[in-house]
Amino acid sequence: MKSKFQPDKNGYFGRFGGAFIPELLYPNVKELEDNYIQIIESNEFQKEYKSLLKDFVGRPSPLYFAKRLSEKYGAQIYLKREDLNHTGAHKINNTVGQILIAQNLGKTKIIAETGAGQHGVATATVCALMGLECTVFMGEKDIVRQAPNVARMKMLGAKVVPATSGSKTLKDATNEAIRYWIQHPETFYLIGSVVGPHPHPDMVARLQAVISEEMKWQLKEKTGNENPDTIIACVGGGSNAAGAFYHYMDDEEVELIAVEAAGLGVNSGESAATSQLGQVGIIHGSKTILMQDEYGQIVEPYSISAGLDYPGVGPLHAFLFESGRAKFMNATDKEALDAAFELTKIEGIIPALETAHALAVLPKMTLRKDQVIVINLSGRGDKDLEIFVKHLEK
Amino acid sequence: MNSIKNIFQIKNSNVLSIYFTAGFPNLEDTTSVIQELEKAAVDFIEVGLPYSDPLADGPTIQNSSQKALQNGINLDIVFDQLMTIKNTNKTPLVLMGYLNQMLKYGEDKFCQKVVDCGIDTVILPDLPMVEYENHYQQLFEKYGIKNVFLITPQTIEERIKKIDSYSKSFIYMVASSSITGAKGEISQQQIDYFERIKSMNLKSNLVIGFGISDHKTFSKACEYSNGAIIGSAFINFIEEKGIYKIGEFISSIRNN
Repeated sequence: MKSKFQPDKNGYFGRFGGAFIPELLYPNVKELEDNYIQIIESNEFQKEYKSLLKDFVGRPSPLYFAKRLSEKYGAQIYLKREDLNHTGAHKINNTVGQILIAQNLGKTKIIAETGAGQHGVATATVCALMGLECTVFMGEKDIVRQAPNVARMKMLGAKVVPATSGSKTLKDATNEAIRYWIQHPETFYLIGSVVGPHPHPDMVARLQAVISEEMKWQLKEKTGNENPDTIIACVGGGSNAAGAFYHYMDDEEVELIAVEAAGLGVNSGESAATSQLGQVGIIHGSKTILMQDEYGQIVEPYSISAGLDYPGVGPLHAFLFESGRAKFMNATDKEALDAAFELTKIEGIIPALETAHALAVLPKMTLRKDQVIVINLSGRGDKDLEIFVKHLEK
Repeated sequence: MNSIKNIFQIKNSNVLSIYFTAGFPNLEDTTSVIQELEKAAVDFIEVGLPYSDPLADGPTIQNSSQKALQNGINLDIVFDQLMTIKNTNKTPLVLMGYLNQMLKYGEDKFCQKVVDCGIDTVILPDLPMVEYENHYQQLFEKYGIKNVFLITPQTIEERIKKIDSYSKSFIYMVASSSITGAKGEISQQQIDYFERIKSMNLKSNLVIGFGISDHKTFSKACEYSNGAIIGSAFINFIEEKGIYKIGEFISSIRNN
């Protein structure tokens, strides 16, 4: 049976998705659409992908029972340790897969956008691994606030191009990547999240699905049941949430919680809580929910976390939100910082600022002692040290 | 009525179209720019609806759009401005914007306003063919609005033929794989592409745009098409020289 959470032939999840692209990009997107499923499902791809995930990325990522965090909140809390992946986040699952797809299609030049720099680093890493040319577009503002990742990308041989238009963050980096792609149709756009024109959202979700695939057998081993009660993940574009939810979307008994960045507060005017502030519209080639004014001009979002500072959300998430399948919560900058410090102190794990948003909803939930919760620990916090240190001094 | 198609019946070569951004350089300049262009006898005018995230546009149109938005332009103001010249302006207008603007404004409300302003042709570069077939074709036909499709050097023949059958005003032939903005020269590769399309003997009129900036590129493009569109070069000109020297710019293109 086909899941209702799979896109239809035009790339729609419910009424969200599609491929709203200028004619200039049509051949590129069509080529990918015609080939991606066949490539992903081929034995050759699966063999290489699995082997790289195991030996290069270091998968499976552990499912760790967070004892002290569980005691504190009165639940059974497990952390899916994507932060332990090579390059420090879930992003590498997708880039390893897409670089194999790019090679299969005979592409030798890779472009990518990045917000926090994790996807940029993960892309630069697989390009170094395969000896391919790599150009990463990054908002000028993000280049400043995520400097360690910029240095890593450069060391890995990538060219980092600042996006200087608009809010100078992830949205604008994506615009610049798309404009470059229009002008260089021979390049492969290695997109970092479940956003963009069909088939990108579906392709990225399939490549991140390894997260929930592992969760199933890991939970079975640890709890005797492959289903948890609740899965919590942060959402910017939504790739780590898509991966953590993927194999559970049809299991209605598993509660799915997506956490957006509220910035200074949902109604402060400085927020990135798209599901609360957005309406239906088109961004980066996809019909989804996005933050916009009454004339459809895209509103500049805000979050302390560069990876969540995005005015839209992937079309799958728009569908999960509208259908009520996933519950959307949010956390402010301050709540995320507090949650990051808490996890560090009681579990010895420094999470990424993005990930800290997922942890920050624990105090807002009514939990049962036997409730099994998996929090997708999407990335580590090394890149955010400067922001943490500033907060520590306050 | 099909005002754009009429132009090609009167004149089927060297048709000159100018694109400009509504509300730029100043909020109230929209109608003045149109009047100046009419005085300079351009054949038709594309009114750009400023958008925050214009994916197909280069730096010049990005900047003019951003400035127009800072000036306070919005769709209601543009439609009000166009209404004021509806009875005096004789040069056909085409609206060019991005799909999200129409979607958020309300599709029917948008179409009604377009018609009220005496306009019958729109260009929405991010409206894909499949969405047109599934929904927008019917919507536009209800209002008598014609949609202009783009073709590019990568568009395959089968798709061009389909676009030709859907086109009721003209086909917008994108001159190269690029976003909008001046390139200076037209390459041999582009000429090969122009020749390839010309030899297809399409029923639709062909207008070349993207990278057409001066007399040389305009006349070269016109050798292979019914006309050409100039956008970024015109915007750069009015930004530098103001809107009352538009006649000079148009003369330099026509070289008369």
